[in-house]
Amino acid sequence: MPEQPQIERPHADRIQSERPMIEIRNVTRSYGAFKALDDATLTIREGEFFSLLGPSGCGKTTLLRMIAGFDNPTSGSIAVGGQPMEGIPPNRRPTNMVFQSYAIFPHLNVEQNVAYGLKRLKLQGGEEKRRVEEALAQVSLTGLGKRLATELSGGQRQRVALARALVMRPKVLLLDEPLSALDKKLREQMQVELRRLQQAVGITFVLVTHDQYEALAMSDRIAVMFGGRIAQVASPKEIYQRPVDRQVADFLGGMNFVKAEIVEENGASLVVDTLGFGRIKTDKPKAFVRNGGGATLGIRPERLRVLWDNATAKFEVAGKVVERHYFGEITHLIVEIPGLEKPLSVTETNDFGADDIPVGTSIRLAYDPEALVAMAD
Amino acid sequence: MTVAAEGSPPLRMTRARRNALLQSEPVQGFALISPTFLYALILLVLPILVVIAHSFWTQHYLTIDRTFTLENYRIALTEPIYRDLLWRSLYISLTVSLFTVLLAYPIAYFISFHGGRHKSLWLFLITIPFWTSYLLRVMSWKVILGYNGVLNSGLMGLGIIDEPSTALLYNSSAVIITLTHAWAAFAILPIFVSLEKVDRTLVEAATDLGDGPLRSFLRVTLPLSAPGVISAALIVMIPTVGDYVTPKLVGGKDGVMIANAIQAQFGKAANWPLGAALSVTTMLIVSLIAGATVLIIRTLQRMAR
Ligand SMILES: Nc1ncnc2c1ncn2[C@@H]1O[C@H](COP(=O)(O)OP(=O)(O)OP(=O)(O)O)[C@@H](O)[C@H]1O
Ligand SMILES: [Mg+2]
Repeated sequence: MPEQPQIERPHADRIQSERPMIEIRNVTRSYGAFKALDDATLTIREGEFFSLLGPSGCGKTTLLRMIAGFDNPTSGSIAVGGQPMEGIPPNRRPTNMVFQSYAIFPHLNVEQNVAYGLKRLKLQGGEEKRRVEEALAQVSLTGLGKRLATELSGGQRQRVALARALVMRPKVLLLDEPLSALDKKLREQMQVELRRLQQAVGITFVLVTHDQYEALAMSDRIAVMFGGRIAQVASPKEIYQRPVDRQVADFLGGMNFVKAEIVEENGASLVVDTLGFGRIKTDKPKAFVRNGGGATLGIRPERLRVLWDNATAKFEVAGKVVERHYFGEITHLIVEIPGLEKPLSVTETNDFGADDIPVGTSIRLAYDPEALVAMAD
Repeated sequence: MTVAAEGSPPLRMTRARRNALLQSEPVQGFALISPTFLYALILLVLPILVVIAHSFWTQHYLTIDRTFTLENYRIALTEPIYRDLLWRSLYISLTVSLFTVLLAYPIAYFISFHGGRHKSLWLFLITIPFWTSYLLRVMSWKVILGYNGVLNSGLMGLGIIDEPSTALLYNSSAVIITLTHAWAAFAILPIFVSLEKVDRTLVEAATDLGDGPLRSFLRVTLPLSAPGVISAALIVMIPTVGDYVTPKLVGGKDGVMIANAIQAQFGKAANWPLGAALSVTTMLIVSLIAGATVLIIRTLQRMAR
């Protein structure tokens, strides 16, 4: 949206408050013996851009639909805006949804689609028209009001679905993979727009996605889910840098795993011995459960830097390049380190010529011990 | 065009044009359907042409006078008996289509929205009565509505009436009841199909935007299934106008329809041209009504938006 219209901010003073907007308490949803959602507990704050991230079938949609009221928990409770939602049908919940398929009414034009929910409110004196136009302006669709749904592109349909929900001024906007049907470029553009829109209107957004970059780029906080369980809830940075377990680490991009021996364990920290990296002192993750004398450390490929020529670093490991993969602005190097059972994967930007390092070269890698995180297996 | 501008012989141009014509989509399409098209032509269009031709001729006992005349149409349109029969046929068929659609819609809705995994079983069950002959089904209505019929015995058994009612059978209501039942399945199927095509997330979206079940039905499901309702109404209306068996069996004197008169002209009365004129008139009126219905509903839909 190049020109942002002036937008009312009903909650502007409370954006990013600590007040809970959605409280999910021990929610389970079973289909027979199968648990699509297993004892999920989660608090989403007012004015927050919150993402539910996880692989296909992990229960994201199930959770979102229960917040919207299209499905009910087998056990547990959900409250929105401090109000318990049990027994309240979707049409009387303070939530609105942007459906994955957009669900644009094909027999109505854009304006009528956006005005759909307002009709029932019987607004006086052109208020309805004003609000429809405002909503269309918010999503940069001004002037397309008379088009039929069939005469719109995918991106435009997506905006109509967004405007149709926003015009209702819900407390919570639920979005089920709203960008997955768009091509890459449009998707990236819409990510920025959605985030900007959320900041402008100050409504709590709950976004379902299986795309980790989308979640990282847009969210204030993310819940990572696997097989019906919530594995970690944290800010994008923390999720990326300090994943609680290997599964979360793996799902959010590449991670090198290094086996370690626990030397000392106390309160909040761990001291471990590794073969390649020597003795490391690191924060102990909350969910850490000691499993014998071993632990796993992880380090992201971009936290390993190639040391050129005679450059030295306080912490370094030496190895040999065994593979090189070129990706335009970056190069992936696979580096074998003596003592490590698996070679390390290293991502290096190409400005210093990492793309020219021949396979077989002996190199040294610098790292920050802070970047090595311990995690539960 | 450039060819002509360069002054090439016109022959080459025509050949090129003919090739283009042979390769054009409509022509290839026609070529593809030509066997069926010929079939339809011979079995459908030719008989209609024969009927239309007859309607402009005159019958002289056993011979037919082929001079052009509009006398048959004058009789068909002005004789009170035929006018009344035509009106009654239209009234019966429109009432039947209305009732059939009203009855069929909830059934189709139930199967489509609440049929779960057993949709095909439900549809199958609905078609079961149609495994028996149409005549048998009409006769069974005679058994239900007749003087000593099921309905009269039941009502007498309950003490609601003292003696059997004769108002049940041999009138236009009996024809309407029988036809409504007979055509139910034909109306359920198109409505079912159009309901199946209604994207369920649209109904959810309506609910999400604040509509209760009734409102979302009226604002989303009903308008989106309108094509099925229209085709169901037409599928029932068009053939029932010309129905001949039902009025003959359960209609009595008051339930006679135009098709019975047409049959009489081609049979006992032996006046084919008049029968033909009656047929053509009925056909035209039905087509006009069908066309008008579609137009009106389209306009209504556009206005409702
Ligand atoms: N009606 C149902 N009956 C049985 N199982 C179901 C039903 N609906 C969902 N499930 C199961 O529940 C699990 C979670 O489904 P859900 O739709 O929430 O996944 P998701 O995380 O949204 O995945 P995706 O990214 O593919 O949309 C899946 O394994 C699915 O098969
Ligand atoms: Mg989903």
